[in-house]
Amino acid sequence: MNPRNSIRGRLFLQLVGVAALLSLAFFLVVRGVAERAAEGTQDDILLASATAIADSLRSEDGQVTLDLPYSALSMLGTISDDRVFYRVVSAGDTLTGYADLPLADPAPTLGNPAFSTLVYRGDEVRAAAVVRAVGPATDSQAVIVSVAQTRLGLAAISRRITTTATGVGIGFFLLATLLSLWASHLALRPIVRMTNSVARRGPQDLRAVPSDPPEELAPLVEALNSFMARLSASLSRTEDFIAEAAHRVRTPLATVRAQAELTHRKLTKPEHKQAVREMIRAIDESSRSAGQMLDHAMVTFRADALAQDELDLAALMNEVCDRLAPTADLKDITIKRALPDAPVAFKGDGILLQAALQNILDNAIKYSSEDSTITASVTVASDLHLSFSDQGRGLDGIDISELTTRFNRGSNADDVVGSGLGLTIADEVARAHGGQLKIVPNDKGVGACVSLTLPR
Amino acid sequence: MRLAHFTTLIAGLFVAGFASAFEVEDRRLFEASPQRSVLKVISTADLDVFTPIIRAFQADNPGIAVDYTVTGTTDLMGAIHDEGAQFDLAISSAMDLQTKLVNDGFAQPYTAPANVLPDWAIWRDHLFAFTQEPAVLVVSDRFFAPGEAPRNRDELITLLRENPDRFRGRIGTYDVRTSGFGYLVATQDSRNSEAFWRLMEVMGRLDAKLYCCSGDMIRDVASGELGLAYNVLGSYAASQLQSTKGFRIVPLSDFVNVMLRTSLIPANAENVEDARTMVDFLSGLNRRADLVTASGLPGIDSTALQENPSLRPIRFGPGLLVFLDQLKRQNFLRSWESSLVQE
Ligand SMILES: Nc1ncnc2c1ncn2[C@@H]1O[C@H](COP(=O)(O)OP(=O)(O)OP(=O)(O)O)[C@@H](O)[C@H]1O
Ligand SMILES: [Mg+2]
Repeated sequence: MNPRNSIRGRLFLQLVGVAALLSLAFFLVVRGVAERAAEGTQDDILLASATAIADSLRSEDGQVTLDLPYSALSMLGTISDDRVFYRVVSAGDTLTGYADLPLADPAPTLGNPAFSTLVYRGDEVRAAAVVRAVGPATDSQAVIVSVAQTRLGLAAISRRITTTATGVGIGFFLLATLLSLWASHLALRPIVRMTNSVARRGPQDLRAVPSDPPEELAPLVEALNSFMARLSASLSRTEDFIAEAAHRVRTPLATVRAQAELTHRKLTKPEHKQAVREMIRAIDESSRSAGQMLDHAMVTFRADALAQDELDLAALMNEVCDRLAPTADLKDITIKRALPDAPVAFKGDGILLQAALQNILDNAIKYSSEDSTITASVTVASDLHLSFSDQGRGLDGIDISELTTRFNRGSNADDVVGSGLGLTIADEVARAHGGQLKIVPNDKGVGACVSLTLPR
Repeated sequence: MRLAHFTTLIAGLFVAGFASAFEVEDRRLFEASPQRSVLKVISTADLDVFTPIIRAFQADNPGIAVDYTVTGTTDLMGAIHDEGAQFDLAISSAMDLQTKLVNDGFAQPYTAPANVLPDWAIWRDHLFAFTQEPAVLVVSDRFFAPGEAPRNRDELITLLRENPDRFRGRIGTYDVRTSGFGYLVATQDSRNSEAFWRLMEVMGRLDAKLYCCSGDMIRDVASGELGLAYNVLGSYAASQLQSTKGFRIVPLSDFVNVMLRTSLIPANAENVEDARTMVDFLSGLNRRADLVTASGLPGIDSTALQENPSLRPIRFGPGLLVFLDQLKRQNFLRSWESSLVQE
C-alpha cells in the first residue's frame, strides 16, 4: 500500500506527525520547566545560605565580625554533594572565606540579592550575593556576603529530567501512534461499510445507496446515487429501445408477408408467382435478420453484466426442446432427449443460455433432412456439456472456425433461410459464462454435433 | 609552638598563602620484591597502627611498595593544600580538613565498587571512610568502683560539681587548640548539646589538664594521676586496654560522637591505580577481624551503629567547613578558652 495513495495512510501519517510534534514540544516544555525549577531551587538555597550568614553579621567595637552559622553551609549539602565556597567582604577586605572567589556582577544592592554564574577553580559555580549594612546607623558599613556552589548536582538532576522527559516523550509518541492507527481505521469505517454494501450488490441492483453517510461523504454518495439513477434510466431506455425496434420491424414485415402470400395465391402466371415467392423469401430473410440482430444486441448487452441466476440446465434443455418441438414436427424430426434425472445446477443468465441453445437446436433442425433424429444431451463431467447432434447435411468442406463470425453462413446453407448470426450468439453466450462453443462433425459419421461447454 | 603553628595554618588557608615544609613525624618504605610500583601514602595514623594493614595489603597485592609518611592532621592538610606535595593517597582522622581538601578541589573522584561502603561513608566519590571511632570517656579504676562511673554528660557534670576537691586537677581532655581530633569532637559536641559548655565550665573550674594526644591521657588515667579523661579516641583506648590495666572505657548514653577516618586520592596523585586498590582494601577493613585486632581500628559497620542509637557518626558535608572558618574558629576558641583556661 502506498501511503500517499491511501486516505488511511495519509491520515495516519498526519496524525503521527502531529503526535511527534506534540511529543517534542512536551519534551522541551517538561525539560525547560524542570530545569528552571531545579535552578530555582539552587538559587533559593544559595540565597537562604547567604542570608543566614548575613544575619549573623554584627559589629564589635567598630569591627565587623560574624559567627558563621552551621546551618548556613550544611543546608547546601542537602540538595547535592556539590562543592561550596563563600566569601564575606567588608569595605573591600575579605573578612573570611575564599578570598579569591569572584564577586557577583552586577553587584547586589541593599535588599536586592544578585545571582550569577561564574567559573571558579575550574568549575562553573552559581553564586548568590547579598549586601547588609552593619554597625550603628550613623556609621554603618556595607558588607557583601557571597555564597557559591558548583552545579554538578544540578547537571545530574538535569540529566535525570532529560532521561525521564525523553522516556515520557517517546512513550507518549508510541501511544499516540497506536491511537492514530486506531483512529484512522475508525474514521474510514463508514467508507469501508459503504464500499461493502455497494460491492455486494447484483449487477441489476441500481437502487440508491441506502446507508446514512457521514456528512463528508454525502456529496460523493449523492453523486454516486444520481449517477446510478441516470445509468438505470439509460439501461431501461436501451431495453425499451430493443423491444420497440423488434416490434417496429417485425410487425410491418409480417403484414407485408401476409399481403405477399395473398397476392401469390391470386396470381396465376408462373413467372409472377416465382417473383412473389422470391419476395416472400427476402421478407423471411429480413424478418429473421431483424430478429437475430435484436437477439444479438440483447446478448451483447446482457453479457456486460451477467446475471447469476440459480439454474437447472436439464430443465432449461427440456424447455428449449419443448419450444422447438413443433418446428421439428413439421419435418417429422424426432428430438431424442438424453438428460439426467437430477437437476444440473448452474449459475448464469437463463435468458442468454436459452437463446444460445435455441439457436443451436434451430440449426440442427434447419440443416437436417426430414424423418431424421436429433439427440439433445446433458452430461456432467469435469465440465458441463450440453450438445445437439443431428443426422443432417454435416459440415463437409466448410471452414468451421469461420462459422461463429457475424453474418457468416456456410456454403451448405444456400437453400435455407438464415442470417448467419445464430452461432455468433451461441458463441458469445458461451464465452460470457466462461465456457466454449464446439462445432464438430457427428462422430456417427453423418451430420454435425454442436455443443456448449460450461465450467462447473 | 605547635599551637601557633596550627592557628597560623588555619588563617593561612583562607587569607594568605602559607609556605612552610610540613613536619614528617615518621616515614617508612615497605618494599616489595619484585617491585612493580610504589604507592606514596601520607597519613596521620602511626606506623605501628598501620603496619599490619600495609602488610596485609601487600600480601593481597604483590609488587606494590608502600612509601608511608606519617604527619599530623594539620600538616597533612598544609602539605596538600598549600605546598602541593605529591602523594598518591592521603589518610587522615580529621574529617573536617579532609572535607575541605575535597571541597577546594584537591582530590580526584573514584567510583568505588557499589555495596561495599554504605552511602554515609562516602562523600562525593572523593572521600572514603574506613573506620568509625567513637570519642569516649575514660575513667580510672582508682576513682571509680565498677558501675559507679557517670553514664551521661549530665551525671558527669553533677558528679564534678558535687566533688570539686576529689577531682581538682584530676580531669583531662584534649587541648582543642593543638589537636585536630580534639577540635573536631569539641565542635561537634557544642552542636549536639548545651551540656558541653556547662561541662567545659565545670572542668575549667576544676583546673582540667589539657593534652595533645589520647595516649598521654590514657597513661595518666591508668596510673591514677587522672580520675577521668573526656573525649578520648575510643579505638585507641580499646587497643590500650589489652596492655594497660587500671582504666575503663565508658560509652556515654546521651550521645557519642563517632569520627570517621578517611582516605582520599589527591588531584595530583601519580599512582592512581594502586591508590584505588588501597581505597578498596581499606573499605573492606571490617571484614578482616585480624587487621581490626592488630591495628585497633574498627572498620565501617552500619549494624553496630543501628544497634546503639547513641552513636552519632559525624556527617560529611559542607557543614564541616563551618568550624574551619577563620572567624568561627576564633570565636569558638575564645569561648573554649574562657570556659576552660581560667587563669
Ligand atoms: N447443424 C448444422 N449442420 C450443418 N451445417 C450447419 C449446422 N449449424 C450451422 N451450420 C452452418 O453454419 C452456418 C452458420 O450458422 P448460423 O446459425 O450462424 O447461421 P444461419 O443458420 O445460416 O442463420 P440464422 O442466423 O438464421 O441461424 C450455417 O449457415 C450453416 O452453413
Ligand atoms: Mg442458424
